[in-house]
Formats: sequence, structure tokens, C-alpha cells
Amino acid sequence: MIDIAIPLFLVICGIAVVFVRDLFGSIMIFSVYSLVMAIEWVRLNAVDVAITEASVGAGISTVLFLAVLGKTRSREAPKGRFNPGAMIITVCLGAILLYGTADLPALRDPNIPPSAHVVPEYISNAYKETGVTNVVTAVLASYRGYDTLGEVTVVSTAGLCAIMLLRRVAGDAKDSGPAGWEGLRK
Amino acid sequence: MMIELLLTKYNYWVCIVLMMIGLYAMMAKDNLIKKVIGLNIFQSAVLLFFISMSKIEGGTAPILMLNQQALYDNPLPQVLMLTAIVVGVSVTAVALAIIMLIYKAYGTVEENLILEMNKRNE
Amino acid sequence: MNGKAAEKHRHEALAAGHEELPRHRHVIGRTVTKILIPFIQLFGLYVIAHGELGPGGGFQGGVILGVSVMLYILVFGLKEGSRRVTTNARDLLVSAGVLIFGVIGLLSLPLGGKYLQYGALLDDPRMGNHLGIMGVEIGIGITVAAVMITLFCEIVRRDDDD
Repeated sequence: MIDIAIPLFLVICGIAVVFVRDLFGSIMIFSVYSLVMAIEWVRLNAVDVAITEASVGAGISTVLFLAVLGKTRSREAPKGRFNPGAMIITVCLGAILLYGTADLPALRDPNIPPSAHVVPEYISNAYKETGVTNVVTAVLASYRGYDTLGEVTVVSTAGLCAIMLLRRVAGDAKDSGPAGWEGLRK
Repeated sequence: MMIELLLTKYNYWVCIVLMMIGLYAMMAKDNLIKKVIGLNIFQSAVLLFFISMSKIEGGTAPILMLNQQALYDNPLPQVLMLTAIVVGVSVTAVALAIIMLIYKAYGTVEENLILEMNKRNE
Repeated sequence: MNGKAAEKHRHEALAAGHEELPRHRHVIGRTVTKILIPFIQLFGLYVIAHGELGPGGGFQGGVILGVSVMLYILVFGLKEGSRRVTTNARDLLVSAGVLIFGVIGLLSLPLGGKYLQYGALLDDPRMGNHLGIMGVEIGIGITVAAVMITLFCEIVRRDDDD
């Protein structure tokens, strides 16, 4: 039953995030959404993902959003205009995707393709080959090391982007803007 | 029995609905911060899609128990989505940095006002 | 009346960012933060180190380490925080983690393995793999922690204090 209730609560939170007009409230509901998502990961036995979601989604994302909200002092216009075009596109896409789910393999079935090919090998060999009991870590760092190297590079690049966009070069005049701004404007 | 039958497809439907919510927020909302929140919701819908596939009926978390036999869930989607969450927050942060620069340049983060200002300046 | 006006003035000054909050206002926050931060950092290190045996790993532990510094900056201010974790150190750590990852991958090349094949690091491939995974996790943790702190610092930086 709880497997039905948690995703339903996710949907309700998602709708509330989009349609609450107060941005502060919206960000707070988004934080709740992330925490409920973390609970859903635990229900799906993805414990590593749950820790990440709880610390990143509910922690860091919320802090960053609040920091930007405080800086821009932004308020959404009190009366939003309904956008029929966007709604039609969204509903059409949703209908097509729903039709597509008919062909997707049934969830929770041990024999579906995603858990068939290379995964049994990972599970049976992880401890023998790496001495690590957490298969997720073994796959992350060893079997798919290239992937992770790429991901870490992306994270590092994001940090460099933030420095480039927001930090001022020492000795610049006060109103000359951040270091990377000229490049962005061109 | 009915619920078990429902659960074989239920998470697909939920992530499609979440995807629609995120997509609508990204297209219809004028506020740029709201758009980034929509992007985050869309991203978490994709995460839900992948991780729903990793669950196996009767399986346990993919942390090996050395002294007993057990059925383990699929660790591969979990690995991919674990890194995707961290990359997602990096993307969000860069987007927010650019929003702050837009605020510095225009004094607003409402998309329709920004477009109006651009039109007036031309 | 006078007291009210002074209060209002102080609030305006605070809102404009000219005045630091008086020390006594924050005494609970400051004390609790000082007590809490070592434990948060210990937990972060535990999550990184324990990633091989249970849930956890470089990404999660790095985020928790970064959060401890963010908490310090939130309570004590960016200036005080930048004194503890200097800008140069942050910039260095952002790329140092990726460098550690890449160098551990390279190390196995002269020892007869392929790139990122940690099994070649030691005579016993299993122990080599374990060692390689540990080093890689530490590298990931350093980069993620430094990037999170950097993102936070650059976004909350006030225009008039740099």
C-alpha cells in the first residue's frame, strides 16, 4: 500500500511546487518533495541513492535556491497566465508516453532485460574481484571507473563555471562585472 | 492481488506524470527560478524511471551478505542515477549562477519582462 | 520611541548588509555550530571510508563534508569562513580530486595494467582493487566537497565585500 501512497504524495508535492505562487513556499515544498523522494528510494532498496538525494536534493539544492532567491528578491507575478500551448504539448507527450508503457517490461520481475546481461556477473564477482561488499561502490569505482571519472570531471567543471561566472578578478573596477560576463554577453 | 498487478506499471505512470509537471513548469512559467525547479522535477522523474527498474520482487539492497544466500536488486541503475543526482545539482548551480547574472543585467528574473526589455533596446 | 527608531535603523543597516549581527544575538547558533561541526565532518569521513562495506561513498561523504563548511559560513559569515577555508585552497581542491582520480588510473599503466585497472597496483589483484577503490573514493570526496563549498560561496557572496 505504501508503494502506492508515496509516489502519489510525490505527484501532489510536484503539482504544489509548480502552482504555489510564493517562491519561498515553492522552494520549501520542493525540499519536502526531495525528502519524500529519498523515502521512495529506500522503498526501492536504493540506499546509496537515498543518502545522496537526502543530502544533495533536500540539503544543497534548497540552500542554493534560497541563496539565489534572497539575492534576486524575486516574486512571481500574482496572477499567472495560463499557457494553453504548453499544456497541449505536455498532455500530448504524456499521452504518447502512457501509450508507450504498454510495451515496457513489468516492474519487479526478476527476468526483465535491465537485470539480465551484465548484472548477475557484477553481483557474483564483486566480492571475489574487489573485496568490496557494496556492489554499488564496486561498480561505481572499479567496473565503470571511466563513467565516474567523467562525472567527477563534470562536477569539477561546474565549480570552475561558477568561479568564472560569479567571481570578480582582483583589481577590476567595481562596476565592471564578473570575470566571465563579457564572454557571456558576446 | 489487484495491487500487485497495479504495481507492475504504477511507477511508470507516476514518472510520466512527474515528467509532465516538470515540462509544463519549464515551458509555461515566466519566473526563471521556477523554470529551474521544473528542470529538477523532470530530472527526478527520470531518476524514478531508472531506479524503478532496479527493484526486484523479494530482492534486498545490493550490499552483499557473505554468509548467506540472498536475491539482490539490480545495482547498475543505482550507480548511474547516483552520479546523475550530483551532476544534476551541479547543473542547477550553474543555471542559478547565470540567473544571478541576468538579474544583475536586467534587474528582474521574469522572462516576459526580459524579452520586453530586449525588444525595446533593439 | 527612540529605542524603536534605533531598532529600525539597525534593521535597515542589516538589510543593506552594512552591519554584522551583534555577537550576543547569535550566541546559541555559534556555540551549537562549533560543537556540531566536528561531528558532521567525522560523519562525512565515515561515509566516505565506509562506502565499501555499506551505503555511502565519495559523492555522499563529499557533500556532507561540504555542508559542514557551508554551515560554518552561514553562521559566522563569509569573511570568517574564507579565513578558515581560503579561496585558493578551495580552487586547488576542486581540481585536486580529479587529479587524484586520474593519477590513480595512470599508476596502473607502468605496473602492467590498463588505465583504471587497479588490480595491477598490488601483487594480489583483489587487494589492489580494494586500494584503488579507496583512493578513487577519496578523490571523488575531495572534488565534490570543494565544488559544493565553491558553489555556495560564489552564490552568497555580497557585492560589496570583495
